[in-house]
Amino acid sequence: MEKMSRVTTALSSNTISGRTMFCHLDAPANAISVCRDAAQVVVAGRNIFKIYALEEEQFVEKLNLRVGRKPSLNFSCADVMWHQMEENLLATAATNGAVVTWNLGKPSRNKQEQLFTEHKRTVNKVCFHPTEAYMLLSGSQDGFMKCFDLRKKESVSTFSGQSESVRDVQFSMKDYFTFAASFENGNVQLWDIRRPDRYERMFTAHTGPVFCCDWHPDDRGWLATGGRDKMVKVWDMTTNRAKEIYCVQTIASVARVKWRPERKHHLATCSMMVDHNIYVWDIRRPFIPFATFEEHKDVTTGIVWRHQHDPQFLLSGSKDSTLYQHMFKDATRPVDKANPEGLCFGLFGDLAFAAKESLISGDANRKPYPGGDRRYPIFFFKKADPTEQFAHVSSALSVFGTDLDSNRMDWFVKTAQLYLLSGKPFAELCDHNAKVARELKRPQVSTTWTMLRIMFSDPANLIAPGLNLSLGKLGTLPLMNSFSMKEMGTGIGTESRLERSKGESRQDNIHLEPGNILINNNNEENEETEGSEAEYMFGDAELDDDDLYSMEHENQTEEQEYTLPQEAFPLRHEIMDNPSAPEHLQQDKADSPHVSGNEAEVTCLTPIESFSLISISQPLFSPHLPASFFCPIVREMLSYYAEQGDVQMAVSVLIVLGDRIRKEIDDLTQEHWYMSYIDLLQRFELWNVSNEVIKLSTCSAITCLNQTSTTLHINCSNCKRPMNNKGWICDRCHQCASVCAVCHHVVKGLFVWCQGCSHGGHLEHIMNWLKSSAHCPAGCGHLCEYT
Amino acid sequence: MEVQDQESLGRWDGLGSRDASSRTEAMENICQEVLRKAEAIGPIPTSPPSSLASGSPPNSDLNDILAHLLMLSRRCPFEDVKKSCIRLLQTVQDLGVRIPRPLGNGPSRFIPEKEILQVSKVDTRTQSIFEDAFAALGRLDNISLVMGFHPQYLESFLRTQHYLLQMDGPLPLHYRHYIGIMAAARHQCSYLVNLHVNDFLQVGGDLKWLNGLDEAPQKLQQLGELNKILAHRPWLLTKEHIERFLKAEEHSWSLAELIHAVVLLTHYHSLASFTFGCGIMPEIHCDGGHTFRPPSLSQYCVCDIANGNSHATHHDNLFGNQEVNGEVEVLMERMKQLQECRDDEEASQEEMATRFEREKTESMLVVTAEEEECVPSRDISRHFEDPSYGYKDFSRRGEHVPTFRVQDYSWEDHGFSLVNRLYPDVGQMLDEKFQMAYNLTYNTMATHKDVDTSMLRRAIWNYIHCMFGIRYDDYDYGEINQLLDRSFKIYIKTMVCSPEKTTKRMYESFWRQFQHSEKVHVNLLLMEARMQAELLYALRAITRYMT
Repeated sequence: MEKMSRVTTALSSNTISGRTMFCHLDAPANAISVCRDAAQVVVAGRNIFKIYALEEEQFVEKLNLRVGRKPSLNFSCADVMWHQMEENLLATAATNGAVVTWNLGKPSRNKQEQLFTEHKRTVNKVCFHPTEAYMLLSGSQDGFMKCFDLRKKESVSTFSGQSESVRDVQFSMKDYFTFAASFENGNVQLWDIRRPDRYERMFTAHTGPVFCCDWHPDDRGWLATGGRDKMVKVWDMTTNRAKEIYCVQTIASVARVKWRPERKHHLATCSMMVDHNIYVWDIRRPFIPFATFEEHKDVTTGIVWRHQHDPQFLLSGSKDSTLYQHMFKDATRPVDKANPEGLCFGLFGDLAFAAKESLISGDANRKPYPGGDRRYPIFFFKKADPTEQFAHVSSALSVFGTDLDSNRMDWFVKTAQLYLLSGKPFAELCDHNAKVARELKRPQVSTTWTMLRIMFSDPANLIAPGLNLSLGKLGTLPLMNSFSMKEMGTGIGTESRLERSKGESRQDNIHLEPGNILINNNNEENEETEGSEAEYMFGDAELDDDDLYSMEHENQTEEQEYTLPQEAFPLRHEIMDNPSAPEHLQQDKADSPHVSGNEAEVTCLTPIESFSLISISQPLFSPHLPASFFCPIVREMLSYYAEQGDVQMAVSVLIVLGDRIRKEIDDLTQEHWYMSYIDLLQRFELWNVSNEVIKLSTCSAITCLNQTSTTLHINCSNCKRPMNNKGWICDRCHQCASVCAVCHHVVKGLFVWCQGCSHGGHLEHIMNWLKSSAHCPAGCGHLCEYT
Repeated sequence: MEVQDQESLGRWDGLGSRDASSRTEAMENICQEVLRKAEAIGPIPTSPPSSLASGSPPNSDLNDILAHLLMLSRRCPFEDVKKSCIRLLQTVQDLGVRIPRPLGNGPSRFIPEKEILQVSKVDTRTQSIFEDAFAALGRLDNISLVMGFHPQYLESFLRTQHYLLQMDGPLPLHYRHYIGIMAAARHQCSYLVNLHVNDFLQVGGDLKWLNGLDEAPQKLQQLGELNKILAHRPWLLTKEHIERFLKAEEHSWSLAELIHAVVLLTHYHSLASFTFGCGIMPEIHCDGGHTFRPPSLSQYCVCDIANGNSHATHHDNLFGNQEVNGEVEVLMERMKQLQECRDDEEASQEEMATRFEREKTESMLVVTAEEEECVPSRDISRHFEDPSYGYKDFSRRGEHVPTFRVQDYSWEDHGFSLVNRLYPDVGQMLDEKFQMAYNLTYNTMATHKDVDTSMLRRAIWNYIHCMFGIRYDDYDYGEINQLLDRSFKIYIKTMVCSPEKTTKRMYESFWRQFQHSEKVHVNLLLMEARMQAELLYALRAITRYMT
């Protein structure tokens, strides 16, 4: 209470106002300090020592303390401090080891009052006693701290840090006799000013130098330290052992730390190197700064709160030769930019999603999720802390089960295993892959393969496979039909784009509108679709389902819109609340009727189009249409697949088409696809497939993957030292290391060994042996297993 | 031949084992192999030396092995291996095969062999450091032997070097050795070049690169310029240089790679200084370390004479010592005076500034060296370009370079953070190494005990930084003049700025009464101070680039 009243008097007698502003200094600043009434600031550096008045709109230079023709090194300041009681008294620490005091009340131009040259090395820090008028403390690189009585010519006491350089000294705000000193070796010492013989307490605070420390202005036990190890730590000094109570990890070594007035848990830091920002941290939330000031262009060297009871104004000096006043209200709040949602896949494909309650509650009026058994909502509420300055936050965590997920990726594994990528003529590869896709109930992909075969095969060869194609069941007529469609290359291209945009807008709908509308949409479209499809069937009765797919690759494009978002992130709402979501999943399983149902608007376009196509196809038909003609479409199709997340398709087609398409797609994209696909394959432990893909790829960056980490380091079985050159003979002991345990000959080819007992031998021998016996052939008694 | 080198290398590895039985086993195998080979060429033991020198293929392999054995017989920290090597060599000789003979006796040309700690006759700590080094590299190089005077430092040095060359880092292994070669070649240090050429090939380096920088990849070629500037005039390094590295299209460097390269370059520049400063001899098994020629008077090796082992030179030394008796006492007296009068008389600021300038200027006037034996062998000069580029005195001829103030950019505050950020752990290691070198003291000076040498060490350290234009605000450069006499300054200046010109005479002419171990100590200081100075300039340029 008493404090509060003092605050009000302090503030009311001298109301502070201002705005974010800055002024250019002539030289880089090393340190700044404000006078007690917060009206003036002193800036000190190697080549600058000035006092500025803080006015409403600007800084005004009041006084230049660097006088004399040839300023001496005494002016080269490492630190400066304005006395908090005597408004005319300043002290500086010079890089040459001098401690200088300045009296602004002196009438002469040179305000220098006293000069102490007792330190042998650079003085890093000076500190006035907070209440005592004549007591000054200094800490130097030479490992000594000295206490000066300004009425005397010499120091009154010297404190030895045992030749460890002192980086900071700070009088305690509350304990009259106590001061803290931080050292280059990571220690912090507490001293009693009356006892120069030894420190009261010492503890190791950081690894590497502790650049700064600061006592909490209100809480007498708290000391904040910052070090080269990029940490800010808050210590509770009231207990017997200094206890670390908070720790903030920053991104660069911490040069200064200053508690924010009137905010118990806030402190400001700036860094020594690389990072130019000033951060204000809430120490209870160490992961993200509470506020950031990003104005400086070079490292910030000095920070100080303008008034000791006003948390809104921060002053800072920097190596970029500017002096800033920051208003707290203008600070950047990194929290606002942080993602309020978290998403993570579990080991078995579970999906956990956490978000701020407020974001989710917006959806609260939605229909409850029908498949509720797969969702386990967990809510966290943080207990409101009365002192907390944060908005009350609660988040919800939802976990989505996997039973469908695992099924859903089956197709990927199967496809990867069954696809043929090389080793047969192009047309056969396509047909094979089409068949694979069809058997896995992925008609769109299947159709794409068939189309690719048609597009890129020689027209002469084309007929033959087309005719005896048992899988595709394509007759000549449908073949012609589909072929004539392909000739419409560019037309289809634009169209598919058109449809894609439709698909996207559809996706938006999903986000914006409650699910039932979507369902209605679906239903409507389904009806439409069915109608038009029927029409189509009438018009061309010979077509069966397969043919239909083979002709309308756009259909599948549309279907893709449905399947893929289930794995992609944006459909969060749908998974949670949209009743149609499970339908999609089931559709996937149950497939065919729904597929046609989902073809939606596409189907209503295509029939018309195909009619028109058929009508104009004959004149356009030409067996000599070059394959390159289709390249743009194929390229677009591939990137479409890749964008949809089916990078498997993109890469498979890329490999199968080989030179036909490779030049059309830029190398980086190809490499990107390959990398994604290989990564996926490896996650599914499809090592063989991934290796085949690597081998078949044409990107140099990919093929070289096969050559990395191919070294197998083995130790000699005899002397247990690493073997260097050959796998079967040890250079050190000159013994044949890899002797077959069965035939006792050296193994120079495939060597298989038990990971349990490390005995082994020729692959065949071991296989045969272990068929008849469970024990290790070497007789070591280990029960080897061959899997 | 290099291929054979690679293949046969494995056979020595077993000798590094700490397990005595596996050493014996490895030795046994070597014995058999050597004897087999020796017997194979046994029938022609009387071939004239010339044919041996020309090195017929079957012989050269054996000769390499023999040279290696010879090295082991002298340098192996394991007594058993050493003995059996001697025995084996004897047996081979008895078979009538010519065995090699080391050229020169000690690891250093300047320091008599008996002064240097006898391998395997040292205290357990040094012994274990030696053994570790031997196990890691399969050899105990002369540098380590000489540094063995200061085991604490040696440990830190070896750890850092091992990390830089072998452990995780952004640069591939062969790049690291190649950069080492480039840096050492800049100072024409054939010792380090030979050593690293072997290592370079061992880790799979391309033989072609050794023909010259032109044959190396573009990326490394870029480094030539940095190498040159860093080695001789680091103050000219600007952020534009750095920018060129990082924005060179497909040959560009990443910051982490660049830091690694910079650390390697500075490490090898300063190590070259040490090598010359201590007169390190070629390794016995390397070129120039041994000969197959029988000792004859006409071909008596110069090194042997210069080694200080011959009686005459030694006597000379003694004589010289008497002459300058009292040198140490004078120095100590001065230190004491400085300590005392420091408080009484304070030089004015202007005076302090002038003192720095004077020391700087004076350091330029110190004549670096008599022009002898400084013809760069062609073999080495091909690893760098622009051989005429050398140390040019700071701020001579009007080109004024602003003084580097340590208070504005220091290793502890800034350099360390930057290195550790981009090349984790190395900052820590370098920091330890610098501190170790700077703080190392036994509180002795020559024969005097319990002397506080911090003042002298600081003077040496700051003098070297002064030569690079780095100024400490809180240092009175007048002290340097008091503490370092002219011959010492000549030695320092030569060693730091153009180490290849260091001569035995210079080594002997400073601090005559001091122990060799103390001179090596000085060398360590010089080496580390130089490395830090170069690093500071390089890191500052990088920091400027980053901000």
